[in-house]
Amino acid sequence: MVQALDSLTETPSQTAGPYVHIGCIPSFAGIPGVYPEDLGLSSIAQGAKGQIITITGAVIDGTGWALRDAMIESWQPDAAGRFAGEAEADPAVSGFCRFAADKDSGLFTLTTVKPGAVPHRSGGLQAPHISLWIVARGINIGLSTRIYFEDEDNSGDPLLSRIEQRPRVETLIAKQTGEGQYRFDIRLQGENETVFLDL
Amino acid sequence: MTDTTDLGPLIPRQRQIHPVPYDPDYKTSVPRSPKWPLLSMESTPSEETGPRFGHSLIGPLDNNLILNFSKDGSPAIGERILMHGRVLDENARPVPHTLVEIWQANAGGRYRHVKDNYLAPLDPNFGGCGRTLTDADGYYQFLTIRPGAYPWPNRANDWRPMHIHISVFGYSFGQRLITQMYFEGDPLINRCPIAATIKDRGQLDRLVAPLDMSRSRPLDYLAYKFDIVLRGRRQTMFENKLEGM
Repeated sequence: MVQALDSLTETPSQTAGPYVHIGCIPSFAGIPGVYPEDLGLSSIAQGAKGQIITITGAVIDGTGWALRDAMIESWQPDAAGRFAGEAEADPAVSGFCRFAADKDSGLFTLTTVKPGAVPHRSGGLQAPHISLWIVARGINIGLSTRIYFEDEDNSGDPLLSRIEQRPRVETLIAKQTGEGQYRFDIRLQGENETVFLDL
Repeated sequence: MTDTTDLGPLIPRQRQIHPVPYDPDYKTSVPRSPKWPLLSMESTPSEETGPRFGHSLIGPLDNNLILNFSKDGSPAIGERILMHGRVLDENARPVPHTLVEIWQANAGGRYRHVKDNYLAPLDPNFGGCGRTLTDADGYYQFLTIRPGAYPWPNRANDWRPMHIHISVFGYSFGQRLITQMYFEGDPLINRCPIAATIKDRGQLDRLVAPLDMSRSRPLDYLAYKFDIVLRGRRQTMFENKLEGM
């Protein structure tokens, strides 16, 4: 026998289930009054510096059906690439948003400030991106991915450059549909399956 | 993020201790599980930072599900329980002041949700959600009622064991975790295809809360203990700090 390690093992995940909205966004789920408002209603407050953008999309399963029950969380820095809590970060950018697919259409909308580039441990910069975490019934462990932007220079991004099959890079890049408007679909499985992350 | 600047990247996740994404016995996972491998890379500031929530967020009844949806002060119906435990990271350090959210069915096994039309009635005084922050040593507690088991559409006659859903933030977005707490002695655990998505029985057992009479209050409630371990970060004594962090 050898000495025991002092480290612990992570608690295993379980699916968030069909009623995740009750716990995370109860007012949206039709349970008003427990909290003054749902957590993470917006990642920005009035006066956030930078370009305000809207990203619309759907979470699509392997049959091509848009999930009606998905919940997504986003995390991002401010327009200068600073995360909430860091020195000189924009006080109007919390960086965190919770949003759900529409019960009828399956579409989600995220209105936020376009993030700035953030450093990488090796010293370079990562291209501007928003981190996403997706949970729903049938997703046994939350799925992580990122939104990059087609009108930014993504050429030096260390994560995108790791994707061997270059056409798959496109699954992480939001397409511009108008001034400040983007489309970003998340495909859980099948043709053009989104690149999911293990970071 | 001043209290984490001496830490390195997140310890890579041990995927084998988690449920498999694709499991035919849990039918909804079949079209919702990615087929291609995940892209693995060392974590970056995007995963090593995360939202923080302050005490101003938390109302006095937020962690009391027996009363936080009560219309006239009447308690929710059911077996009164204290759910308590500690949030730690893989380095066995407590995770203080982090948000823990729970949600659950009522004592009859019915959720207050438009999509849940199970025969069991709604309890007018039970909403089914709560939240709290861990204290300086990582401890948390909720007062609630024991949720009922309920049937669900999967195979012809599948029932969920009694369970409470738990969401935990930690100090970085890469630690984000949602899981479920089961109850010691529930025979439905071994029949549940969602519990069975965890293939390592020892790991599944970590989701089963023991009865804890040391925290039970006589003539009031039973207690169940549920500790949670989040990912940790590697110690970096011999590594250079990230420029600008």
